[in-house]
Amino acid sequence: MDVKQLKKTANEVRKGAIEAVYQAKSGHPGGSLSAADIFTYLYFVEMNVDPENPKAENRDRFVLSKGHVAPGYYSTLAHRGFFPVEELKTLRKVGARLQGHPDMKHIPGVDMSSGSLGQGISAACGMAKAGKLMGRDYRVYTLLGDGEIQEGQVWEAAMFAAHNKLDNLVVIVDNNGLQIDGSVADVMSPYPIDEKFKAFGFEVLTIDGHDFDEIAAAFSKARETKGKPTAIIAKTVKGKGVSFMENQASWHGAAPNAEQYEIAMADLNAIAAGLEG
Amino acid sequence: MADVKKIATRDSYGNALVECFPDFPNMVVLDADLAAATKTGIFKKAYPERHIDCGIAECDMIGVAAGMAAAGMIPFASSFAMFAAGRAFEQVRNSVGYPHLNVKIGATHAGISVGEDGATHQCNEDIALMRTIPGMVVINPSDDVEAKAAVRAALEHDGPVYLRFGRLAVPVINDRPDYRFELGKGVTLRDGKDITIVASGLTVSESLQAAEDLAAEGIDARVINIHTIKPIDAELVAKAAAETGKIVTVEEHSVIGGLGDAVIGAIAENPVPVYKIGVNDEFGKSGPATELIDLFGLTAPHIAKKVKEVLGK
Repeated sequence: MDVKQLKKTANEVRKGAIEAVYQAKSGHPGGSLSAADIFTYLYFVEMNVDPENPKAENRDRFVLSKGHVAPGYYSTLAHRGFFPVEELKTLRKVGARLQGHPDMKHIPGVDMSSGSLGQGISAACGMAKAGKLMGRDYRVYTLLGDGEIQEGQVWEAAMFAAHNKLDNLVVIVDNNGLQIDGSVADVMSPYPIDEKFKAFGFEVLTIDGHDFDEIAAAFSKARETKGKPTAIIAKTVKGKGVSFMENQASWHGAAPNAEQYEIAMADLNAIAAGLEG
Repeated sequence: MADVKKIATRDSYGNALVECFPDFPNMVVLDADLAAATKTGIFKKAYPERHIDCGIAECDMIGVAAGMAAAGMIPFASSFAMFAAGRAFEQVRNSVGYPHLNVKIGATHAGISVGEDGATHQCNEDIALMRTIPGMVVINPSDDVEAKAAVRAALEHDGPVYLRFGRLAVPVINDRPDYRFELGKGVTLRDGKDITIVASGLTVSESLQAAEDLAAEGIDARVINIHTIKPIDAELVAKAAAETGKIVTVEEHSVIGGLGDAVIGAIAENPVPVYKIGVNDEFGKSGPATELIDLFGLTAPHIAKKVKEVLGK
């Protein structure tokens, strides 16, 4: 898949996330949009997954440690063929499979239930360690928020990953700079994020999380790195692609009203039009 | 019972892990810097490549166990009850319980019989916490034989299991050829018609002794061992309630949310009076374990006294 096609796909993923949150009248659009390019690269290029056989033993695994951006994740899974795109409209509704946060028991393609921050990275470490113990060559990816890494468990897990030389693990930090109460730097600064992961024994790569060439190069570098885990610090824009949501903490966990939904879709459709031809 | 063999159930845990491994090659044992105390060190010596020390990081350990289970392994996550059920409660609830992953939690040093370390390490709340998690099985074995059988039963069960073990050596009371452990089934160790004593863990042997002493005074007490607190054997408890009319529960745990409350819940629709013996609404304290068990009223003389009081004798 070339960069243009990736951009088109990521844009569709964003539209799906907005549609889901709009229909649900709740959910987390800001981080769904900031992570959309990473989701797209992971599921359309990087990871060895098969929508026809979502539980395949040797598949690569993904843990959405920042589980609240389920709308972006579900949209990616739907566009990759794990379940119908139309199902995104059932997000958060009674009787739906698409729970507010990822539910591995019911949603095809979801490898781990998550949502309580700081816990997903530990599960990813467990999957990676299990792969080593059982002699399987699958890889494990986990996406964390930059606010999430304020949780102490993240650093317990980081210690575990490096100590166990989990070179089959890639930790991605969606560094969009915002959390519920404001900028991460103001609320409880996690910076310098790169130096922290370096000190914990990771190979650290800082990239533009919306540049597919940089994303591709980082995951390629991670594959070549032996004897230690990789952390990719992805600089992103919260709300990316929707004009009024960009860099606004208030769009962390709020749904657009009908008027805002129309503007958001118009923004994303304009991006799609720009990618044609 | 001076000549009875005594073994701490934490030792049974370590030994059972070693015995079970050949039958369950997907097993992996995790610890959080307490392998010498939880006795997973016994397993580490036998199968070092399958023993993972997570360091002093219990929350991460539970999450790692969840990930391993999601990848098809059967992890035993081991620590003191205080840290496995207490500190890591939310990890157990959200990373293990909610996805119903096949994680076994081996919690040792439960209750006041921790002894000298005192209140910070004496977990009297773990059963209450664990039994609120949907789908969680909670087992509190009474002796070495039962503890080892419980580890195997936990392995044979697909889903999360909380196993509660003790630090103190306790009498071996189930060493008989026809002993069988059945998950969720209570065991009537002694029949009786005047009253039923329902016990779990180290209070089972004390309850048996109490029943024996009461028999000498003409009181016919039934003794039921509830090794599986969740799911509790409601049928057996209800039968005992109907046949004996009164129940005394005995547990090395807070009287809030533990065995006593589970028994009350089991007969709530057809109730009889239930009198709870356990750690009342207070913290433990330092001291030799045997002295503490007496101080907190969990020994045979205290149980017998309570039974007589309840029966007005």
